[in-house]
Amino acid sequence: MSTSNSMTFNIRIWRQKNAKTPGKLVEYKLDGISPDMSFLEMLDQLNERLYAKGEEPVAFDHDCREGICGMCSLNVNGIPHGPDSQVTICQTHMRIFKDGQTITIEPWRSTAFPVIKDCVVDRSAFDRIIQAGGFVSVNTGGTPDANALPISKEIADLAMDAAACIGCGACVAACKNSSALLFVSAKASQLNLLPQGKAEKDRRVLKMVEAMDKEGFGACTNTNSCEAVCPKGIPVTFIAQLNRDYAWAMLKGAAAEPKATVGGA
Amino acid sequence: MSLDSKIPSGPIAQKWDKHRFDMKLVNPANKRKYSVIVVGSGLAGGSAAASLAELGYNVSCFCFQDSPRRAHSIAAQGGINAAKNYQNDGDSVYRLFYDTIKGGDFRAREANVYRLAQVSAEIIDQCVAQGVPFAREYGGTLANRSFGGAQVSRTFYARGQTGQQLLLGAYSALSRQIGLGKVKMYNRSEMLDLVVVNGQAKGIIVRDLVTGKITRHSADAVVLGTGGYSNVYYLSTNAQACNVTAAWRAARKGAYFANPCYTQIHPTCIPVHGDHQSKLTLMSESLRNDGRVWVPKRKEDCGKKPSDIPEDARDYYLERKYPSFGNLAPRDISSRSAKEACDDGRGVGPGGRGVYLDFADAIKRLGRKTIEDRYGNLFQMYEKITGENAYEQPMRIYPALHYTMGGLWVDYNLMSNLPGLFVIGEANFSDHGANRLGASALMQGLADGYFVLPYTIGNYLAQQKEKAPSTDHPEFVKAEQEVHDRLNKLMSIKGKRSPNSFHHELGHLMWENVGMGRNEKGLKEALAKIPQIREEFWKNLNVLGDKEDLNNALERAGRVADFLEFAELLTLDALERKESCGGHFREEYQMPDGEAKRDDENFAYVAAWEFKGVGQAPVLHKEPLVYEEVHMSTRSYK
Repeated sequence: MSTSNSMTFNIRIWRQKNAKTPGKLVEYKLDGISPDMSFLEMLDQLNERLYAKGEEPVAFDHDCREGICGMCSLNVNGIPHGPDSQVTICQTHMRIFKDGQTITIEPWRSTAFPVIKDCVVDRSAFDRIIQAGGFVSVNTGGTPDANALPISKEIADLAMDAAACIGCGACVAACKNSSALLFVSAKASQLNLLPQGKAEKDRRVLKMVEAMDKEGFGACTNTNSCEAVCPKGIPVTFIAQLNRDYAWAMLKGAAAEPKATVGGA
Repeated sequence: MSLDSKIPSGPIAQKWDKHRFDMKLVNPANKRKYSVIVVGSGLAGGSAAASLAELGYNVSCFCFQDSPRRAHSIAAQGGINAAKNYQNDGDSVYRLFYDTIKGGDFRAREANVYRLAQVSAEIIDQCVAQGVPFAREYGGTLANRSFGGAQVSRTFYARGQTGQQLLLGAYSALSRQIGLGKVKMYNRSEMLDLVVVNGQAKGIIVRDLVTGKITRHSADAVVLGTGGYSNVYYLSTNAQACNVTAAWRAARKGAYFANPCYTQIHPTCIPVHGDHQSKLTLMSESLRNDGRVWVPKRKEDCGKKPSDIPEDARDYYLERKYPSFGNLAPRDISSRSAKEACDDGRGVGPGGRGVYLDFADAIKRLGRKTIEDRYGNLFQMYEKITGENAYEQPMRIYPALHYTMGGLWVDYNLMSNLPGLFVIGEANFSDHGANRLGASALMQGLADGYFVLPYTIGNYLAQQKEKAPSTDHPEFVKAEQEVHDRLNKLMSIKGKRSPNSFHHELGHLMWENVGMGRNEKGLKEALAKIPQIREEFWKNLNVLGDKEDLNNALERAGRVADFLEFAELLTLDALERKESCGGHFREEYQMPDGEAKRDDENFAYVAAWEFKGVGQAPVLHKEPLVYEEVHMSTRSYK
């Protein structure tokens, strides 16, 4: 327990009462922080101290605190999930910051992710994209034996690389256009790569891209900032894959309307 | 009220088939006339909601996270068991059944466990069809690994993120039904009470966590897939918001709570680093396939660098004590052995509460690349948290609260004693006895949701003559009023302490007195202290902010209030169970070699507790455990 070398920080954090009220950055001085604390444990400390003073604590989303649920979503010093690479903010530890440093904490910034309160945003747009087509249309029961369909290790591994997405939205928050293409392409590629997902591949990409556009996410201009901040290191090559799949689906004339596409290609 | 487990008659291998034939069916065209509420969107709730909607029922699903994809099942790392016998190593339904019964220390219900083993293979087929990217061999077939408590290789996995991939599979099926309009999904919504009409569960009261609005929801049946109660210990591997509220609210309305003292301490977690810690991080048990657990033989060596401790000065205590299972001894045994080593003063790392998990031999034998392929993400996670590189020095691990085998009592149909209330996944008690084997939680959650509940709920619904009550029914009005009153009470105390501080205090007491080793004195002390903390809570709590707003403190306060009632029941159950079994270790009842000493004569029963009021003694109902198939024996992993 290396609490002996305690650290002090100047915290500037976004406070916003609700979606209708404008927000602002508020500064707090925070001392007695152990380098072994996680970033969110540092915020717990801030909140406990605000509590003791009778000030309402800062609202922020978090749950598993082990980098897998995708709930935590903080922009730290301008970088989604902060300065540590390939890790969520909940797994970032204070030892990577400098004693006395100013840390600026904001919510994800995107019109498709409206602020609910303080650093909490509404990411239900992601759910709606999945609801539009991020699945294999198979009901429970009556499926063939799992080994009946051999899948090469390379393909299974590649699909797993894409499937590692935790749906946190850092890719959107990092993109100057608020593009959701890394998220969409990861889910679409996972399913399109696997033989189980091939049957409705065309329909899937068309539906998911349509839903993405409807939610107000921007277009991709290949800055690759999404890959740079992705806590799971999902590569932009999946975006290229999606663009290919999308182009093929358009060329084949599979319309996005369900009535025109029963089953896809 | 007597407990009828409704176990079908006949040989164990035919019970489920026979039961499926005997159950009443709802005609496909009539299914849309029934509505079902599913609380929770994890492996159990998510798979149930999707499957019920596919069948044609009208489903409403509720989760407190911002998306159903974030339920805590997502954090399960290691894998899912299934009796596929793909490895040709002698696995079978019967062997999985037997391993699970034995692993549960003969405190699970035989018929349920057999059914679980039977449907296990189908789960893998289902998940593959959904596009779950399980690990594969070069030939394209599915890969398997071994897990604690088994001598066959039957665990399917997707790197170290199996729970995530299975949950995203269920989530995609659920999302498809939401998109089709068959499931109405309520995110950021917390169930705050169960509504019972004429003795049947017919609805819930829900708080919208963003607006604070309270709403009533009525249905023909209510399904709880709301997970376990590990967070009663404050520090656990569970997500921050995991809680007992839904289950406890149901218990307060008459559902019996079974075996609350059966809690599982996971042997491989990252040790505690300080007072401000908010959670413990689990390192998958699969690491024990290749890692060797040890502590120094001599106390004097504990401060040394592990590389400076020679081979003959190390105690590989699991290999020494359990030669045939070695580092893969079941969780309860591994955890207790770690505690014993540390109690003996041979623990390593800060505070001396840690043991080494060493990969040096495996790296030498298999090469670093193989170890990276198998556990790369876990090693990375370990380094992010501790700042140490486990390829170069051994990991430090220590047990932590991880899973709770106890839960609401259910019969063979997964229905509680309250008709219309179904309980699935970790929230029920039925399949794991006193100890759960690794990779069996995912199996049970999906078995319940995909392949058991969709049949058994039909049997109940087919017998419902009356329509679901209107939400204007006096019971709904009353339940909503009670929820309002309670929230107002929490907001109006205006004392000095945060909800978190009470949770911290309760958790510490529970870990010290009702943790890995329990004894009468400690349990009685906890029973005396819990009501004091509760009293202080209702006098000195301070909830800031508004009720009609997103308010994390208010959410936490409600959950802590329920933990403060529930903790007393857990402790009482631990006191009353005067034997050691599985995860419940009473220090007074042990073998000369320190192994758990079961008392089958007096305690081969399920303890199902009936709530009688806060501070009132609950009533114990016993469901005798009858073993027709398996001979109850002393567990040995030597």
